[in-house]
Amino acid sequence: MSKFEKDFGTPASPSDQLVTLEIDGFKATVPAGTSVMHAAASIGIEIPKLCATDSLEPFGSCRLCLVQVEGGRGYPASCTTPCADGMKITTQNAKLAEVRRGIMELYISDHPLDCLTCSSNGDCELQDMAGAVGLREVRYEPVKTHLNAEKDDSNPYFSFDPSKCIVCSRCVRACEETQGTFALTLDGRGFDSKVSPSQNQAFMDSECVSCGACVQACPTATLMEKSVIEHGQPEHAVVTTCAYCGVGCSFRAEMRGDQVIRMVPDKDGKANHGHSCVKGRFAFGYATHKDRITKPMIRKSIKDPWQEVSWEEAIDYAASELKRIQGSYGKDSVGGITSSRCTNEETYLVQKLIRAGFGNNNVDTCARVCHSPTGYGLKQTFGESSGTQNFDSVMHADVIMVIGANPTDGHPVFGSQMKKRLRQGARLIVADPREIDLVKTPHVKASHHLKLRPSTNVALINALGHVVVTEGLVDEAFVQERCDVVSFGKWKSFAAEERNSPEASEAITGVPAAEVRAAARLYAKARNGAIYYGLGVTEHSQGSTMVIGIANLAMATGNLGRIGVGVNPLRGQNNVQGSCDMGSFPHEFPGYRHVSDAATRQLFEQNWGVALESEPGLRIPNMFDAALDGSFKGLYVEGEDIAQSDPDIQHVHAALRAMECVIVQDLFLNETAKFAHVFLPGSSFLEKSGTFTNAERRISPVRQVMAPLGGYQDWQVTQLLANAMGYPMNYSHPSEIMDEIARLTPSFAGVSYEKIDQVGSVQWPCNDEAPEGTPTMHEQEFLRGKGRFMVTEYVQTQERTNRQFPLILTTGRILSQYNVGAQTRRTDNVAWHAEDRLEIHPHDAEDRGIKDGDWVGIKSRAGETVLRALITDRVQPGVVYTTFHFPESGANVITTDNSDWATNCPEYKVTAVQVAKVSQSSEWQRRYHDFTEEQLHLLDQASLHS
Amino acid sequence: MHHTARLIKMANDIGHFFNSDPDKEAAVDGVFDHLRKFWDPRMRKEIIQYYREGGSELSELVRQAVKRLELEQG
Repeated sequence: MSKFEKDFGTPASPSDQLVTLEIDGFKATVPAGTSVMHAAASIGIEIPKLCATDSLEPFGSCRLCLVQVEGGRGYPASCTTPCADGMKITTQNAKLAEVRRGIMELYISDHPLDCLTCSSNGDCELQDMAGAVGLREVRYEPVKTHLNAEKDDSNPYFSFDPSKCIVCSRCVRACEETQGTFALTLDGRGFDSKVSPSQNQAFMDSECVSCGACVQACPTATLMEKSVIEHGQPEHAVVTTCAYCGVGCSFRAEMRGDQVIRMVPDKDGKANHGHSCVKGRFAFGYATHKDRITKPMIRKSIKDPWQEVSWEEAIDYAASELKRIQGSYGKDSVGGITSSRCTNEETYLVQKLIRAGFGNNNVDTCARVCHSPTGYGLKQTFGESSGTQNFDSVMHADVIMVIGANPTDGHPVFGSQMKKRLRQGARLIVADPREIDLVKTPHVKASHHLKLRPSTNVALINALGHVVVTEGLVDEAFVQERCDVVSFGKWKSFAAEERNSPEASEAITGVPAAEVRAAARLYAKARNGAIYYGLGVTEHSQGSTMVIGIANLAMATGNLGRIGVGVNPLRGQNNVQGSCDMGSFPHEFPGYRHVSDAATRQLFEQNWGVALESEPGLRIPNMFDAALDGSFKGLYVEGEDIAQSDPDIQHVHAALRAMECVIVQDLFLNETAKFAHVFLPGSSFLEKSGTFTNAERRISPVRQVMAPLGGYQDWQVTQLLANAMGYPMNYSHPSEIMDEIARLTPSFAGVSYEKIDQVGSVQWPCNDEAPEGTPTMHEQEFLRGKGRFMVTEYVQTQERTNRQFPLILTTGRILSQYNVGAQTRRTDNVAWHAEDRLEIHPHDAEDRGIKDGDWVGIKSRAGETVLRALITDRVQPGVVYTTFHFPESGANVITTDNSDWATNCPEYKVTAVQVAKVSQSSEWQRRYHDFTEEQLHLLDQASLHS
Repeated sequence: MHHTARLIKMANDIGHFFNSDPDKEAAVDGVFDHLRKFWDPRMRKEIIQYYREGGSELSELVRQAVKRLELEQG
């Protein structure tokens, strides 16, 4: 527990009923079920405590919090005693003081007396309690103590010093209740009791996922951040928002001056409620990593050394090159790419620069390669390109269907919340080719794991729909009242066709028909059925069709428009939702309004003071094609690494080489920057202000805690470039950009920094109709009016196995690394995942003579790379799997140009490959190595010239 | 893959989706509308040019949609 937030000792009660009691003569009115400890804290009376903290259920073991209840017997623990009407409580008297001193004396008799040199000095609850009870002496001289217990420093981020442990069990309970991993136990009894990671293992060898919940819960220095041990206690804190995944956790950046000492999850955070994962909690060191480039650089050719220049010179050069290119090849020959790692304000500004400053709509964002099918599919069916719920909605779901997502790795904090609901008894259906952790994890077991073949999602969703339609499971009242019945009729007839039955689909999906029928019944009959999905849905040639299929199923079963249900895309990066909202797609203005819509265009033209293009621009893959065709020559890329993250990267690299001016704005010389002519130093989330919008449409504040290392925040750099291009921008603070967004975007009309400061965060739509935001979408009617069903014919992908490429490669991510790894690879998270490996089933490995750890070549029609093999039955026979966090792995050398029919989202999840044991790296890897060496040498020369 | 070949594949993929609509006029509308809303003008121009040259690899549904694009653009 940090000194920067108040601890009420036990969780707040959710009850609507109030009770009134008297504590030390003061009246307190609290919700029924509130503990006496919490009630006392709420009126400013702090009852001593050690084993209690308000993130955990009361435990009642330390006995320090005992109180006297008038008319009651003995001294009950205030943490486990619920308030009742008329109760009279005494928290302090001579007897209570004597008992508490006695307890503290026992604790301190087996605790080092090194407070002055202890890392917790100034932020230690044991120290505080010794003071609170007036402990003045320790009379005991124990025969045995734990003072020489061995320290465990195996975890790179925190230390475990059992000599300081008071066995309060807060860490054990945090691991169970908050994180749901159950990695910690109390081993032994009596004096021998001790906290044990897994089977008395070191933390790094245990099942611990390093979420930090135990460190957060520890009242002493037993579990302590190494950064605090090294640098001392923080002296101020700023609440901000994590820059990793789409959960968008709220954190306190705890600081000494401008140095971040630690990131602590904010218990008032509405997305994370005080929880965190290993990335957000600990992996912030990349922000000050030595690889940061903080000076602008330019060069004529990618064969030339970089030249460090002033900001003015770099911006002028970039603008002059873009103007030269437009002069030579036309105004549509340049464009830009923004990123889900950027703030809303930055993204808005980039698309504004391109539409108003470049004069075209060639702007796209990395959502192109992840959730663009979500945008398309949900807009077509519901009328809005977003998920329907808030995260807390999952706590009201009775049946949870997870399709193509791996929440415990990709969205770990929400994964923990989901596991909590599953431990409470909600049923789980997992549709995934791979056995993700959720399928079987402590106290959670999926009722159905629909282990389908990659690329057969649509056949599966149609089979689920078939069962709903043919077994009378349609919520007719919902459909009649809320949906377009003509479109429903078409879909119903289609779904009912025998070819869509689970029995007929089994040959396609590989999922036993009985399992599909049982899963469909479970979901359809649930009081509240909720669907959560990820990139395993979208990154297919039928990604948009599958999103539509999910929407069809939810509408048909009436699982929309209230808490506990819904269609919930789990967004990969922190601001996928926001970057899409902000008009980053080439066909849409902010708020998902098509560029051909005259009224919307006029609105922006009046505000921006220029005529705007009515035709859609190029999407990212179209930009690459146009570059190779010679009609696209200049690109401004902010915060995105297309040369690593996009599919068929040899094609991407060729396109980048074909351009005459590539401008990269980033923290590091990333893969794309190796092809760049202008490098503009970017700023990390710690160095700027703005907002991120998470997967539940929650707009949360990003607050600057240190000066930008390069001198400018990213939005300022875009503004400089706009002004140099001759399109004036004069914002003095990102709040002014948000004000403009609110003015021009109906769903953001009520959003302002003032409101966010007041309420912490807000979910759009936020306007006159919903001034406090909208936790649940489509409550009374769908945004488009009636929900629209669409027929979702299964079309087999053209990426098929054959004798040459008999296996299917599918790609994904892992807990400790993030996306292209540019951030997490520059932290100690590499201790968990230092390389991408190829998961292969034992049968496929044996057929090929492959042993665990062998180097294997993976070859597709697009290219070849080499990784080490990891033999596991998590993947099914015929399927191999890898991650893409390391550029030298070349996962995207193998992936192909196949893409979603509607959005061109790449089909990352399906690539036909062959795998064979090899003894050396691939030809591409050797070329990559040489090119990287060359580019790093050219970068070194820039430093020498400065 | 050559650029035109890629556009043909993309257009036919769009056609696959809308082809499942039992109302064939609505299916043509769907493909036309999609090309109109999501394809950059240079991509539309290229597919129209391919159609004018025979468009043999385009599905019938897509051919009808591209024909409408051609008529619209004159």
